[in-house]
Amino acid sequence: MKVGLFIPCYIDQFYPQVGIATLELLEKLGCQVVYPTGQTCCGQPMANSGCERDAVAAYHHFVQLFHAFDHVVTPSGSCAYHVRNHYDIVEQTEEVKKIRDNVLDLSEFLLDILKVESLDSRFPYKVGLHQSCHGLRGLRLGQGSERALEKSSKLDTLLRMVDGIELVEPSRPDECCGFGGTFAINEPAISVKMGKDRIADHENKGVEVVTAGDMSCLMHLEGIIRRQKKKIKVKHIAEILNGTQP
Amino acid sequence: MKEHAQKAAEFIRNESRTDWHDEALWFVRSKRDKASHSIGEWEQLRELASQVKDNVLSNLDGYLEQFEANARRNGVQVHWAADAEEHNRIVYGILEKHQARNLVKSKSMLTEECHLNEYLIKRGIEVVDTDLGERIIQLKEEPPSHIVMPAIHLKKEEVGELFHEKLHTEKGASDPKYLTEAARQHLRQKFLAAGAAITGVNFAIAETGGVVVCTNEGNADMGVHLAPVQIHCMGIEKILPKAEHLGIFTRLLARSATGQPITIYTSHYHRPKAGGEMHIVIVDNGRTAQLGRAAFRNSLKCIRCGACMNTCPIYRRSGGHSYGYTIPGPIGSILTPGIDLKKYSGLPFASTLCGSCSDVCPVKIDIHEQLYRWRQIIAEEGHLPTDKRQSMKWAGRVLSKPAWYNVIGKLTRWAMMRLPRPFLYNRLNEWGKDRELPEPPKESFGEWYRKREKS
Amino acid sequence: MSKNKILTAIRNNKPSGAPLPDIPLFREADTAPVEAFSAMVETGGGRIVQVSGLSELNTMLPKLFPGAERIASLIPEVDSNVALEQVQSPAELETVDVAVIRGQLGVAENGAVWVTEEDCGHRVLPFITQHLILLLNEDDIVSDMHQAYRQIPIDQSGFGLFIAGPSKTADIEQSLVIGAQGARSLTIFLGTRA
Repeated sequence: MKVGLFIPCYIDQFYPQVGIATLELLEKLGCQVVYPTGQTCCGQPMANSGCERDAVAAYHHFVQLFHAFDHVVTPSGSCAYHVRNHYDIVEQTEEVKKIRDNVLDLSEFLLDILKVESLDSRFPYKVGLHQSCHGLRGLRLGQGSERALEKSSKLDTLLRMVDGIELVEPSRPDECCGFGGTFAINEPAISVKMGKDRIADHENKGVEVVTAGDMSCLMHLEGIIRRQKKKIKVKHIAEILNGTQP
Repeated sequence: MKEHAQKAAEFIRNESRTDWHDEALWFVRSKRDKASHSIGEWEQLRELASQVKDNVLSNLDGYLEQFEANARRNGVQVHWAADAEEHNRIVYGILEKHQARNLVKSKSMLTEECHLNEYLIKRGIEVVDTDLGERIIQLKEEPPSHIVMPAIHLKKEEVGELFHEKLHTEKGASDPKYLTEAARQHLRQKFLAAGAAITGVNFAIAETGGVVVCTNEGNADMGVHLAPVQIHCMGIEKILPKAEHLGIFTRLLARSATGQPITIYTSHYHRPKAGGEMHIVIVDNGRTAQLGRAAFRNSLKCIRCGACMNTCPIYRRSGGHSYGYTIPGPIGSILTPGIDLKKYSGLPFASTLCGSCSDVCPVKIDIHEQLYRWRQIIAEEGHLPTDKRQSMKWAGRVLSKPAWYNVIGKLTRWAMMRLPRPFLYNRLNEWGKDRELPEPPKESFGEWYRKREKS
Repeated sequence: MSKNKILTAIRNNKPSGAPLPDIPLFREADTAPVEAFSAMVETGGGRIVQVSGLSELNTMLPKLFPGAERIASLIPEVDSNVALEQVQSPAELETVDVAVIRGQLGVAENGAVWVTEEDCGHRVLPFITQHLILLLNEDDIVSDMHQAYRQIPIDQSGFGLFIAGPSKTADIEQSLVIGAQGARSLTIFLGTRA
């Protein structure tokens, strides 16, 4: 299966290992992965700041690079959510419509398209899953604790395929980490406080590694963890599914 | 613009108190989860409530006329107020007519919005808020910090001190039971002496011309049935078409608000009591304008349960006063820009857009989507700070041009690796105040990939 | 004039018609509504007392409320020493210790009981009394609010309400306190019509 790989800007620049893990994982699962060079960003940073008009050029660039693929996979629920939900201000050409239908978060692609049922990876650690908001409530990668529906989580399902993993649920199963894009800079006090509270919740449960479907949340949490010289680690879910050890 | 951030930072400075506030509200959210998840058809009820409200908004004029006609037939006097000033004038006029000098009020976010208390007090009326939480903040001369639990920001010791000063309770006494009893005795005297009573309205039924008020304390009814004149103030959006719709909304309201299966008292007022007078004041005050904003009119579905506040991770850690408006939290942040875009331009940014508010909302208001939409309008209307506006323009340019993006990415990583720490962590770096920047890798994913392709 | 102004603004600004959804009857009848009802009343801070006949109420009352002096009863079988029909001002009811009122309908899902002003003698009685007793027939318990509103003509009385417990508040630090502005306790005498 031929898929286009979209690596979000901050992963490209700061967390290449997450991109590499995603690529390796997809290849291991038999996909022919194409990474179109020249890719930049989905445009979310501008749009979430209220400047979606300034993001239009990035939108067009994204569509142009990726519209030919039947599946565009990205290790970010947030970016996938943005393309699907907020590319509504550009003309809805066939290309735009197609790409809004076909951008998938990695977990969706693995479970809904590839129908993965097992993985050949091992991660013998106590892992806490951080449910990134855009993935959970935006893409509905699972049922948020707010809704009176049967509990489910694509990320949880995938992590349970990993050998040796011990999954632990925090006491607040899906509270926001406080990243929120430019929110982290506009409201640093609350942003950091929210992050500290999430970390403490995982620590209290004895978690060794916090994972998530979005590296942006983990970048924020890791920033606090490193500043406070804590032992707990972060790993993107793609790394765990690919068997990268901490 | 930065007002919320500043007030939030002040609030958080006392971290243990912030934790206490967060826990208190999370506890309410947890009760709400338990109560709502015990109802098999909860999500269906939310959908129905949302659809009923859609119907109401699309026929609001007809329903209001039907409501008025039925209420008049019931012997109720109906008044219409275009704005807060007119609302206050109407209420004062009714009090004047009856020479009522003592007014007891039960909770009404509308009268808070209209600043009715100040208006009446200035004219010599004694106004007593009778909901315990409202009375506490009235005595403390503070605005409410929450629409359902107005004094949630105060500790019992602070209430004890306040009551000692104002109600002469024992010094140092802070037992909630003792303080509530003191308030009960104090308020009973006020109820007995009242010349008129005011309540808000939870639901107004077009088909029957009556209004429904929900309380736990019984204060609305103590006021209304003891005073010779009863006044109910409602926003135009409070209408429900038929009595059967109350089944949906009474099931949703208390479970969403406090996790109770229903409020202790759900009172249906249709006709004045023998020898008494009943008035209903229907208020617009900006609501018709909101109705005209297609992307935002959904906010008029709100039934003021406060669930979005209890779930909001930002509200819980910044307190209601940080929002600077009567209705704080997520719902306040989508209502206020329609009232004064410039003044409240910071509120839609006081959110991570996590979406929890939209998912707890019993009438399915797309709150986080509206926050996103308001952000666009705030930027378009020029209410973003200039530096932010400019940086976004640049970001937009860079992020649409791969060559620029690659160069700037490389430069940034290079700078982060080489520059001495004080260059990176200075007062302009809001991220770095309490967080480390990511450790820059030697090569980006793109660089790694190109190398791999070559080999 | 504001009326016309508001209505005109609505007409100009309202969205196009959205249909009113049909409200389903979510459940026919519970198999054990009495148990569910009783459990909900107790969760809400009320108390359930099973009674087998109206004649025993007079003897039960002093046991349940030992110090109660002024009893305002709307039930012929329970002795009243407050002459409600002679009350000039509702404020006179401030000293009532116990009010006994007949409830028309109970709701199993939340323990609420429907009462109208005709049942109360005076509208303020169920609130101003220190303690409230509601009499309810087990046969008059429905399962949820949808069924309740199907049965109740809400505008038949000038005032009617659901009561689901004693007056309460949690306004000080979320600590639940029973006995805010209304009745300090709620007792439901539950019996069968027979």
